Amino acid sequence: MEKAIKRYFPLFIIPTLAAFLIGFIIPFIMGVWLSFCEFTTVQDATFVGFKNYLLAFADETFVHALGFTALFAVVSLVLINVLAFMLAMALTKKLAGTNIFRTIFFMPNLIGGIVLGYIWQLIFNGILSQFDLALNLNAKFGFWGTVILVCWQQIGYMMIIYIAGLQTIPTDVMEAANIDGASGRQRLFRVTLPMMMPSITICTFLSITNGFKLFDQNLSLTGGEPAHATEMLALNIFNTFYSRVGFEGVGQAKAVLFFLLVVGIGLLQLRLTRSKEVQQ
Amino acid sequence: MKMKRLLATGLAAMLMAGALAACGSTPASTGTASTPSTAAPASTGAAVGDGKVYYLNFKPEQDEQWQALAKAYTEETGVEVTVLTAASGQYETTLKSEIAKTEAPTLFQVNGPVGLASWKDYCYDLSSSQLYGELSSDEFALKDGDKVAGIAYVIETYGIIYNKGLLEKAGYTQDDIKNFEDLKKVAEDITARSGELGFSAFTSAGMDGSSDWRFKTHLANLPIYYEYKADGISSTDAIKGSYLDNYKAIWDLYINNSTTKPALLSTKTGDDAVAEFVTEQAVFYQNGTWAYNDIADLGDDNLGMLPIYIGAEGEEKQGLCTGTENYWCVNSKASEEDIQATLDFLYWCVTSEEGTTALCTDMGFVIPFKGNLPATNPLVNISNDYIADGYTPVSWNFTTMPSEQWKNDLGSALTGYAAGTSQWDGVVTAFVDGWAKEYAAVNG
Repeated sequence: MEKAIKRYFPLFIIPTLAAFLIGFIIPFIMGVWLSFCEFTTVQDATFVGFKNYLLAFADETFVHALGFTALFAVVSLVLINVLAFMLAMALTKKLAGTNIFRTIFFMPNLIGGIVLGYIWQLIFNGILSQFDLALNLNAKFGFWGTVILVCWQQIGYMMIIYIAGLQTIPTDVMEAANIDGASGRQRLFRVTLPMMMPSITICTFLSITNGFKLFDQNLSLTGGEPAHATEMLALNIFNTFYSRVGFEGVGQAKAVLFFLLVVGIGLLQLRLTRSKEVQQ
Repeated sequence: MKMKRLLATGLAAMLMAGALAACGSTPASTGTASTPSTAAPASTGAAVGDGKVYYLNFKPEQDEQWQALAKAYTEETGVEVTVLTAASGQYETTLKSEIAKTEAPTLFQVNGPVGLASWKDYCYDLSSSQLYGELSSDEFALKDGDKVAGIAYVIETYGIIYNKGLLEKAGYTQDDIKNFEDLKKVAEDITARSGELGFSAFTSAGMDGSSDWRFKTHLANLPIYYEYKADGISSTDAIKGSYLDNYKAIWDLYINNSTTKPALLSTKTGDDAVAEFVTEQAVFYQNGTWAYNDIADLGDDNLGMLPIYIGAEGEEKQGLCTGTENYWCVNSKASEEDIQATLDFLYWCVTSEEGTTALCTDMGFVIPFKGNLPATNPLVNISNDYIADGYTPVSWNFTTMPSEQWKNDLGSALTGYAAGTSQWDGVVTAFVDGWAKEYAAVNG
């Protein structure tokens, strides 16, 4: 039986491999190739070398978007994880109705980003219009509006991961800590957090990459207004691609840079938190 | 342990794949496709060859009518016609992905010289086509050198649509408004008495994406038109902005005499403006002939149109803004049979009774072809009256705007100025410096 599986394994991986090739590897290679080209459609590309990359760096909106996105990613990373962890702690206590609360906090995650963006835009503008202000007139409002939206959307999701993590902490470790007379603070920082590192790795990875890749929410909440001030990287790439004739390649070059950045940060972050994980 | 690490790495790789897929994929083109009956009668099949027509339609408002027309053509000739309509604002993205397919559109459209620059390699030379022979005037052909790359299929007009009843209630008629000074006087008078009258002068000049093109593109056409006219040119690589003070004057008039506080315009949508106009909260509404169906409830006799006066010299004889940004192009990379089938289909559309009725009556178009039928759209008739009375129509020079980016930046600057978060200088910079910068970027 095992021999048969070994012999026929290529047959079994073909569907997945084919899907992966068609849906991922080939478009990715094409994307990298196109970033060195000038093109209108993907078949009609002429090689132009590094011109697109030079134009991408010369574009000050791209550099601004980079800074803005980095700031956003850091702020949302901290807020989402701290708040999600606190919620998870609260909802693993023996309280009535924890299941209902878990469900409620998780629900925003089930709504798509575009829809969320428009809903929050209505809410924010409804309030701001009382003071003759609007979300897309002020970059600060745009920034914090997006932070609130993303927190609201993602805290529930991270909370579920943290709850799962908390539930795997063996009770005997906690009991031992209690008997040794550890304070609540010591228990949290010396026992719970080290035991939770695998969950923290996953959650911080998810929230930082989500922060960098944010597109739907950015597009629908502020659309980058005022004057590109709240435009994040993904939206900047999209706008570059479609807003000028002949700039498709530049958008593609930005997308490649964006990919390298997200991969780099993701790997760095995994390394940092992974090294803190302890063996149970 | 090893297993766990492997699993974690695998999971991370999958997430990374998700990240990549998100940035690599083109946005989904939402649209409606339908392939009318493909069962071609054998008898006619031989005569028409085996070409097919695939039309990527720009106007969602007319999707239904195009589907019906395609079906009628298939029934009559047996040639398969597919019509796909791009979602509003998604035409370029849809076209880019559709034309890369094996079954690419045989018929698509560009919006003028700037759009043509990106698609010229895909435009079949129409100079020897029967369709070109049907054009009522050569000015409706979009040329790339000697090549006829595109042919306009609809002429549209915009201006300031107004509610006759309300204007009379305020004590004025169209005869009182002959230039910018008159318009300003009337608008400011209505604003001063808006409490007592119960309505405002202008509908909200919404700067939401669904409405801002009325100002960053259509209204911006007027300073460009007068500058081109004064300099005797039809396009430029660097605009001087000689009429920007006039642009400021009309924009100030719009934002200070509307239903909405200027600071809140950034959130107002196109639908808001329509609603305000239809519910008689405002007298003036800047838009064009295509908006008729939205406002028809006010009654045909109640609708009038005024030229957009900006205070330029000689504007007493200025008419409405008439032109086109819709040019049919035939895909030169399609097979010869498909090109022929497409040309035949277009010729049929503009010459046959069924085709012209569909275009002129059902879709409400004014078509620049000999077979044009009298309009049923009252706004079109108003625009014809202006021309018959000797007013000079304002041409659509916004097709020469260097890029979408230029329009967007101008829109942001106008929004900021209206809200008071930035100065008019920002608009001047976006208009003048932005033009030169975008022109240089695009034409490198």
